[in-house]
Amino acid sequence: MTALGLAGAVVQPVLIVAGAPVLVGVMRQVRARLEGRAGPGIRQPWRDLRKLFGKERIAPRGTSEVFRVAPLVLVATTLVITVVAPFVTVASVLNPVADLFVVVALLAVGAVALALAGLDTGTAFGGMGASREVTILALVEPTLLVAILALSARVGSTNLGDVVSSMVREPSRVISPVSLLAAVALVIATVAENGRIPVDNPSTHLELTMVHEAMVLEYAGPDLALVELASAMRLSVFLGLLANLFVPWGIATTATPAALLAGVLALVLKVGVLGAALAAAEVFLAKLRLFRVPELLAGSFLLSLLAVAASYFLA
Amino acid sequence: MNPAQVTFGAAVALALATAVAAIVVPRRVVVGAGTALTGAAGLAAGVAAVSGHSFSLVLPGLLPLSGVSFTLDALGGLFVAVTGGVAVAAGVYATSYGKASAVLPMFVLAMLLVPAAASVGTLLVCWELMALFSLLLVIGENRSRAEVTSAGRWYAVMTHLGFVSILCGLMVFAAHAPADSFAALREARLSPAVSATVFVLTLAGFASKAGIVPLHAWLPRAHPEAPSHVSALMSAAMVNLGVYGLVRVGFDLLGGGPRWWWLLVLALGALSAVHGILQAAMSTDLKRLLGQSTTENMGLVLVGVGAAGLFTASGNPVLAGLATAAALLHVVNHAAFKTLLFLAAGAVLHGTGTRDLDALGGLRRTMPVTTALFGVGALAASALPPGTAFVSEWLLLQALVHGLPPSGVDTAIALPVAVAAVALTAGLAVVTFVKAFGVGFLAKPRSEAAANAREVPYGMRAGMAIAALGCVVLALLPSLVLPAVAGGATTGLVTLRLTGVTGSLSPLLLTLWLVVAVVVVAAGVRGVVARRTRRDARLWDCGGGPMSARMEYTATSFAEPLQRVFDDVVQPELDVHVTHHEESRYLVRAVEFRRSVPDRVERRLYAPVLAATRAWGRAGRSLATGSVHRYLGYGFYTLCAALLLLAVTR
Amino acid sequence: MLNLWRMIRRTGRVAEPAPPAPAEQLPAAGALGGSVQIRHVDAGSCNGCEIEIGAAFGPVYDAERYGARLVASPRHADALLVTGVVTRNMAEPLLRTFDAVPAPKVVVAVGDCARNCGAFAGAYGAVGAVRDVVPVDVEIAGCPPRPEAIVDGLRKLTGR
Repeated sequence: MTALGLAGAVVQPVLIVAGAPVLVGVMRQVRARLEGRAGPGIRQPWRDLRKLFGKERIAPRGTSEVFRVAPLVLVATTLVITVVAPFVTVASVLNPVADLFVVVALLAVGAVALALAGLDTGTAFGGMGASREVTILALVEPTLLVAILALSARVGSTNLGDVVSSMVREPSRVISPVSLLAAVALVIATVAENGRIPVDNPSTHLELTMVHEAMVLEYAGPDLALVELASAMRLSVFLGLLANLFVPWGIATTATPAALLAGVLALVLKVGVLGAALAAAEVFLAKLRLFRVPELLAGSFLLSLLAVAASYFLA
Repeated sequence: MNPAQVTFGAAVALALATAVAAIVVPRRVVVGAGTALTGAAGLAAGVAAVSGHSFSLVLPGLLPLSGVSFTLDALGGLFVAVTGGVAVAAGVYATSYGKASAVLPMFVLAMLLVPAAASVGTLLVCWELMALFSLLLVIGENRSRAEVTSAGRWYAVMTHLGFVSILCGLMVFAAHAPADSFAALREARLSPAVSATVFVLTLAGFASKAGIVPLHAWLPRAHPEAPSHVSALMSAAMVNLGVYGLVRVGFDLLGGGPRWWWLLVLALGALSAVHGILQAAMSTDLKRLLGQSTTENMGLVLVGVGAAGLFTASGNPVLAGLATAAALLHVVNHAAFKTLLFLAAGAVLHGTGTRDLDALGGLRRTMPVTTALFGVGALAASALPPGTAFVSEWLLLQALVHGLPPSGVDTAIALPVAVAAVALTAGLAVVTFVKAFGVGFLAKPRSEAAANAREVPYGMRAGMAIAALGCVVLALLPSLVLPAVAGGATTGLVTLRLTGVTGSLSPLLLTLWLVVAVVVVAAGVRGVVARRTRRDARLWDCGGGPMSARMEYTATSFAEPLQRVFDDVVQPELDVHVTHHEESRYLVRAVEFRRSVPDRVERRLYAPVLAATRAWGRAGRSLATGSVHRYLGYGFYTLCAALLLLAVTR
Repeated sequence: MLNLWRMIRRTGRVAEPAPPAPAEQLPAAGALGGSVQIRHVDAGSCNGCEIEIGAAFGPVYDAERYGARLVASPRHADALLVTGVVTRNMAEPLLRTFDAVPAPKVVVAVGDCARNCGAFAGAYGAVGAVRDVVPVDVEIAGCPPRPEAIVDGLRKLTGR
């Protein structure tokens, strides 16, 4: 446990909890502007959250503890990732947890908790959302893990801190085919895991086309606030990891205030740019039919396999 | 006298005493307690053997010709300990479940003896005893049901074919060695062709016991039909012995081998893992699902074993140790959670009378203890942190990841594909167990049987609790068992550090941080919310309603998107039957829809073999017309042919 | 793709400049803090109001810029946007939808039918106006109301 890791463990969760809704606000604003609208402003997600925390809590009849605990688990898993993974600082307060496989599995735990909550309501939409969510989860998992394999094979470690710091030391790796292929695969996986277009439409109002939204139809007030905060945080976490795995510059390697400040600014800048690019790309895309999604994911899986092959043949 | 010998002797004596007592006093308590004690003694013997107290015992008079010899070493001790542990939970469970059967302790005894056997003869005898006792247990209860007799037939045939394969393999091996003891086999020098023959033959036999594709057809039949504590013993302990046999023969007796052996094992493992979990994800029968998940987990173990062999063959002992550790830890973990899951499935069957997931649901209200314990098992089986299987799959992935940069083109192709297979398996396992837990236990009951469920007796709950405790301990502190399975592949108690390669994981700290995070979030929410009490409200039913249980998602509909995705792989059979009104064929009276997902491997591989066998049988019948002259003629021609053959060859 | 990009560049911003905020605000606006999630309930409308609501949330009037957003579940909602005269079939569902919304909650009656049954007053299938079934906080007049009127009514809730 180093001073740098400790600093990261304090700065990162605060930054991501505070910044994730703003990121969602930025993305909505970018979309609004490209669609010719004025947009509600980047602080709107925070207004929504503040209001939801002030609302009444509801216990739908027939739901159990699973339904009540799921939002807590969802936020908690993401919070642990924000504490340990390298977003602002390379060092981690808890190195044995800052493993790529652990991070991927923790994100899956959150999704599973929500899927169980969707099933727990016993409504048709809850079951439908849960079924679709875990189907996509099952198909994204191979892409994520194989892309990780491609990235970590040459570093010789799946520890996030090791992978990122080796990228910092050898910038030439960033433009290698391995990195590029893995990056594309991970972008598709990010889009799928976070329920963005073209896999899912986060602002849909039609239940039959929903994936993520269908599971949370029963949540109200503070519970819903937690779910929305968690999905914003998950998006930030994914984008933050993408940014630091492929463009790690600016991340703090020493525990000085200046380095930390630079790390924070670099993260905000990278995630902001990535988020804006993602939002802009969404304007040009239509949502895929659910049963076309596996083709997209199979494509990303192929890319990640190619990345592994490249890491071997170009080594 | 060393402790392993004493406790192992105690286990044997206890098992025999229980069997006798069960015949005299056929009470469940007697059988259950005796089996549990046998298991406990076995567990102690295994632990003692693993911690260095190995022993050997030769009983020349017990079996004619070869005699009987036992050696309990560290490898055998691990499997004895696992079997013993499973038997403890299953025994306690059996004190209030099923029929009192004298066969149960004998089955446990046979399973304890197999890893201790130290000669070919002993191994084969114990192996056959194990198969026979388990067969008796499978068909012992409900033998009048057609499914049970069919399952028994499949099991009997396949297990004996496997036995024949092992027999042939080990006989060839023993023929090239001075004696049939394992010590003599280790000294034997075989030509590559002979050792390959031995390996392939024994691999086929051991793989069929482990339920590896394509020799798995018996497993999803026999495991669901057996009484649940027997299913637990079979699925959590007996299948492991297939892995034991493979490791014992492949690594210990044959001393490793060329790469293609292990690539074959790796491929079989990956295929089984994906096939098993895909079938499980489509399955709607709770126990069948668990049986198919056994195939999956044994596949993962074989991936580890294959990788270990591959690394050994390429001269990388560090990674070989890591892969072995992953495989053996997964054996232990799988035993823990599969025991729990099968016992809980038995509880569901006991409480509701059905194991059809489409008819279950809402059990968390009526069977809260079973629901909670099944939840622990499902988390453990789905390879998510802080579950049990996560640690072993993490180790497996670490071994595979560090295998790059590879030492050859075959490894370069095999390892990424193996990682992909393991990853796909992990993802599908999540679907499977979300389905099993979410559909089976949460939401509203989907049938009368599920609505009227009752919680099971204390004995059954205690059995499940023991297994659950095992799962939790293995999930949080795998370092307690890792030294036993891994030698020096990992170090550290709280934080596992891999030796030789970079990598560390701390399941305990991870869980601790998760708990802390949940508490922090819960406290934070309590701090900021305006109203703390929850208002009771009806479910959102779009203003219509009330929603009936028929509107819920079922296990079939839950798996439907996945089934569509893997349509070309699983090839489900759809049957739509429309009945029209008599007056007009434009008016529909009823539509019947049926969907089944048959095992494709089985259909492609077994159906032709069975059909061919049947055809041969029919052809054979035409030879037997009943005419004595004809039979005399057959005799005459055969004699002539034999004489001719002799005359030509001599 | 390029065509779409060119079109986006050419069109620019189509949202009309925001008219001045309405003078009066509802007391509930304070608790909502500039964020109003809306669940739309068609209690028996001719779909005229729906078209205008669609227009109000379209790019030109852009009701979202004031913090209002349509959502799929009343559990997520703060306000019900009820259109049409309340028919016998929809009276119960409307009550249930109202019950499903977590407090604090408001009801907006959109259109003349919702306010006072409009052309359907006294019809055999109509139970009454929205306020006969659930308490109404804001009424938006018109048959159908213009999108500006709807936006204006919603701004009383968001306070922006």
